[in-house]
Amino acid sequence: MKWKKGIAAVVSLLFSASLLTACSGGGDKKTSANPAPADAWVIGGNFELSGGQATFGKAAVNGAQLVFDEVNAKGGINGKQIKFVALDNKSEATESTNVASKLINQEKAVAILGCTTSGDTLGMVQLAMDKKIPVLSTSATNPKVTVDEKTNKTNDYIFRACFIDPFQGTVMANFSLNNLNKKTAAVLTDNQAPYAKGLAQFYKEAFTKKGGQIVADEGYVTGDQDFKAILTKIRATNPDVLYVPGYYEEVGKIVKQARELGMNIPVMGGDGWDSPKLVEIAGAGALNNTFFSNHYSSEDKDPIVQDFVKKYKEKYNEVPDSMAVLGYDGALILVDALKRAGEPNAEKIKEALAATKDVQTVTGKISYDEFHNPIKAAAIIEMKDGKQTFKDKVQP
Amino acid sequence: MDVFIQQLINGLSLGSIYALIALGYTMVYGIIRLINFAHGDVYMVGAYVGFWATTQGWGFLPALVLSMVVSAILGVVIERLAYRRLRNSPKIAVLITAIGVSFLLENGGVLALGAKIRTFPNVFPEVQYHFFNGAVVITNRQLVIMVVTTLLMLLLQYVVHKTKTGKAMRAVSHDTQAAMLMGINVDNTISATFAIGSALAAAAGVLVGIYYNAINPYMGIMPGLKAFVAAVVGGIGVIPGAFVGGISLGVIEALVSGYGQSLYRDAVAFALLIIILIVKPSGLFGSNVREKV
Repeated sequence: MKWKKGIAAVVSLLFSASLLTACSGGGDKKTSANPAPADAWVIGGNFELSGGQATFGKAAVNGAQLVFDEVNAKGGINGKQIKFVALDNKSEATESTNVASKLINQEKAVAILGCTTSGDTLGMVQLAMDKKIPVLSTSATNPKVTVDEKTNKTNDYIFRACFIDPFQGTVMANFSLNNLNKKTAAVLTDNQAPYAKGLAQFYKEAFTKKGGQIVADEGYVTGDQDFKAILTKIRATNPDVLYVPGYYEEVGKIVKQARELGMNIPVMGGDGWDSPKLVEIAGAGALNNTFFSNHYSSEDKDPIVQDFVKKYKEKYNEVPDSMAVLGYDGALILVDALKRAGEPNAEKIKEALAATKDVQTVTGKISYDEFHNPIKAAAIIEMKDGKQTFKDKVQP
Repeated sequence: MDVFIQQLINGLSLGSIYALIALGYTMVYGIIRLINFAHGDVYMVGAYVGFWATTQGWGFLPALVLSMVVSAILGVVIERLAYRRLRNSPKIAVLITAIGVSFLLENGGVLALGAKIRTFPNVFPEVQYHFFNGAVVITNRQLVIMVVTTLLMLLLQYVVHKTKTGKAMRAVSHDTQAAMLMGINVDNTISATFAIGSALAAAAGVLVGIYYNAINPYMGIMPGLKAFVAAVVGGIGVIPGAFVGGISLGVIEALVSGYGQSLYRDAVAFALLIIILIVKPSGLFGSNVREKV
């Protein structure tokens, strides 16, 4: 008889829990209908301020803060100041959901800026869609963020400030074929990262479509130490270039070990390479003759870029990286939409965001396509003696 | 053929690392029947000590020796504080304590040193040796790894077979009670085993740090697991078995990556473990009358 009592207790617990959640769900709906405080526009920030991608989140907040400070100094939007509330999601997708909920329910944010990674941004997509609050991610490059995977429909309330993975892969394929004049390529992918797999897929497609040949297609997993065996195998196929779209820790080891095996071919990758750690791990010498696609280069001579770099350096005393520039650009796009929306109404802001056209940002003039992806150029960075140098700008 | 030789070199240098870690596993198991899961983390601590010493401007050899000494002391302290009082408790209690010590070292490392990757200074410049018109490349670092491993292995064999401590170790391993009755100080002998095993792991840590040039507090988990497999394959408790097990695991991984699918590497390594345990449950070198340490 004892176990029956137990089951009854569990069932009643579950029942009351579901009642509770139902209640809180109802309560939330009411609060989200409340208008924001009349004296300020509250913009929520959902960022990686601690945890694995802490440098990404901090840089993005710095960049965004620069824009909001400028706008406030000029008297705000329609006479109202912007209040930017940036909270820490600890670089975790679940925590990102909690932060978004806090921003919407407690801080009464009319729009949310963030996160920097695709995974963390995906953590709040459903919530933002349900609560009808616009989200603008600064650097989530995965296509899934703005498009619902199952229905293939655009997520109305989700936007981004960066280009997407397929574009990066295509850019580097064109670069290897046209600029470097190489005909055969080997691809070495981090099979645990959706980001790397996306880049690799589009690189291979573009490269073969335009007459190139993929001679080796190998994979590794995040955290691997030894790549010599795979690299020896790749070396035997004699590729002209090696494409490694991973994150800097493994990429550093791969470049180092490839050079140790006497492979002096160009090695290429994507924005996951953008870290000072890359040089420390691989060594400056090994990184010569390597290239990667990025959102921007601080070496770009474009006056808009140089102007931003100067402003950022004055305030934070460091050269802005890609995350900082995308934080800045994201805030610019958002401010532009707020101006056109005219009032702190989530619905109107969302419509203004979707209609974004020719907004001048540091990384280019931004217009959204139907999937809320900006159409803009990518910068190609060449590593020279451990320094990032601006190689080329590729238009889509 | 040249590709095969290159893969063999790749495998031998990787396997040397596994072998060094596996020796510590097998020694500790041989003497107190404990799978010391904290062993991989001692290897991590060894790498950090080596990192500290080289950033202070020490050369490779002094850094290696310092790291081995510090880790030997750490190994003895772990045994003294965590395992000794549990020596007569059920095996499972000690095993769980070992897992606890492992977590303590990993997360203590994150707390004290941060989770970020550290890179070694360039302790000795790389030299490449080319054979077959550059088709086979071996670097001086790979040579150092293999030479240091072989030397330490020979030294260990000498200690175990020719010294008094080694004799005591073999006696305790064979029959602890009888060894105690013969006047052997069992506690000291076990401490010595932990010290030697930990020193070997530390050597592996420093070699890895210099070879791959990136260390972090979680670096010991996967190599620790692989070395454990190597020790079991060779016959846990048998010293030459751990050495052969480690080397063969490294070579097999290199060959699977090189001739099969790189992503099946770990799957094949662990499948091999299962097959060997089915065919020969005591491991390659294990037998009924095994000589244990």
